[in-house]
Amino acid sequence: MDGTIVQPGRGISQHAWPPGVTRVPYWVYQEQDVARAEQARIFQGPVWNFLCLDVDIPNQGDFRTTFVGEMPIVVARGENGAVHAFENRCAHRGALIVLEDSGSAKDFGCVYHAWRYDLCGNLASVAFRNGVNGQGGMPKDFDMRSVGPRKFRTTNFCGLVFGTLSEATPPIEQFLGEAITARIRRVLTKPVEVIGRFTQPLPNNWKLYAENVKDTYHASLLHLFFATFRITRLSQGGGILISESGAHHASTTLAPAQTPDTTYRDAGLRSDKEDFRLADPGLLEVRNEFGDNIQLQILSVFPGFVLQQIHNCLAVRQIVPRGPDAMDLHWTYLGFADDTPDMRALRLKQCNLVGPAGFVSMEDGCVGGFVQRGTATAEDEESVVEMGGSGTESQSTRATESAVRGFWKNWRELMEV
Amino acid sequence: MSDADTLFRLSSLNTAYASCIDADKLEEWPSFFVENCLYKVTTADNYKRGYAAGVVYADSRAMLQDRVSALRNANIYERHTYRHIVGMPLLLSTGDEIKAETPFLVIRTMRDGRMDVFSAGVYLDRVREEDGKLRFVERLVICDSQRFDTLLAIPL
Repeated sequence: MDGTIVQPGRGISQHAWPPGVTRVPYWVYQEQDVARAEQARIFQGPVWNFLCLDVDIPNQGDFRTTFVGEMPIVVARGENGAVHAFENRCAHRGALIVLEDSGSAKDFGCVYHAWRYDLCGNLASVAFRNGVNGQGGMPKDFDMRSVGPRKFRTTNFCGLVFGTLSEATPPIEQFLGEAITARIRRVLTKPVEVIGRFTQPLPNNWKLYAENVKDTYHASLLHLFFATFRITRLSQGGGILISESGAHHASTTLAPAQTPDTTYRDAGLRSDKEDFRLADPGLLEVRNEFGDNIQLQILSVFPGFVLQQIHNCLAVRQIVPRGPDAMDLHWTYLGFADDTPDMRALRLKQCNLVGPAGFVSMEDGCVGGFVQRGTATAEDEESVVEMGGSGTESQSTRATESAVRGFWKNWRELMEV
Repeated sequence: MSDADTLFRLSSLNTAYASCIDADKLEEWPSFFVENCLYKVTTADNYKRGYAAGVVYADSRAMLQDRVSALRNANIYERHTYRHIVGMPLLLSTGDEIKAETPFLVIRTMRDGRMDVFSAGVYLDRVREEDGKLRFVERLVICDSQRFDTLLAIPL
């Protein structure tokens, strides 16, 4: 022993959770053992994790590396268009197999000892398997099929590739439920094209961001851009759809009764405070491309996927945990492949609304950190999640925390807390 | 104008630009651009792949004014400052319009004194003279990293 005192964690079972989901204890955001347990029970559990876009890997051999929870993974296009996903971990000594973010390959080789894998993640060859000059090598009975990185089942829904490690995960449409599948189909009507990728490291537990996305209550209170510039009214219609499981949600803001295209400009011009109108309102020359009156739709799939339609600004966001008190948010900005130049130009302008510098999203980058820091020694205290009652059902108002409670309902079930 | 003169004028422009932001005189920041400008903050990877979106994207000086106006009146973020360290411009072409690439480093100091390297990269600029003053026709901020820690409020 070197004299170091190791402080044992309290162990997840030693933490108390009050009845229901209207109070959330702060230890859930702090403990290393909770973060480790989430890897197995949530991310590697009976859920569909977002892996990548179908268009990210169009051809056989194309691959992307990403994460499921903290697990590094490879997603690759195999024969006959099949999409394979497997842990990015060599069966031999555990090194990363693939070191690039994306690319195209015939197969994959670990750089450490040159063990090779096919596009499905099967171990295909072991360097010097039969030794050198008749000496060394692997035992004769070594079965290459007996070892390998963990493999995911994958599924493609509307061009979104999801993966699961659990045999218990139901088919994707059943997992999402009817309401949420319809809301995804509403936006992803045709092939998309990536127009930008950014990573936003956040100084908070991943669940604080997952909750933030589902928290429709904060939107008009924390994000003051739309209200300040008199672009939307707080009284605008909308509400929140929650899957029966409580796990997934889609919140919507409806256009005001007037035609949306001119409302913004008119509102700006009518404003008495000249200072508080956009000098260049081009950002808000919104086009009704989905044929309904939904201006904003924020949709989450448990545990860590977000599909966003804010006017004509489309993006997917992927939550990647980084230990108990940090996470990365992966933004992929999208257009449709058949966008006209005008439409694409409009999307580029509207991208100012979102991302790390987004007029209506930058606050989400810091607010999770405020909670993480505010609760530094509050592991046995609780947050209050009671707006809109105690249930996890859909509601026709956004002044509710129903979807946040739905998140915790599912989290508790999977974590057995 | 000789290359030496051009370099001197460009360096002066960059120094004034950095000082404007670092000294929190953001209201003056749009005046470094022509009216029909393009200002974009993106990453080396996006630039290489031809992905057009930026984390900040302004195709008019008015959009830059809106950025400042939003930061002052609407957006919420913890108090922090930048220190820009701007290198010597590499002249790519000269004439009525100057093209140049200039490396930058931005250190962010948070309210509690914590300092981080927030960003490093290059400015890819197109500059021309307007009313006796050099202004940016285009300033692409090409960040070396794809990571933008916490949030980007103050412009780069």
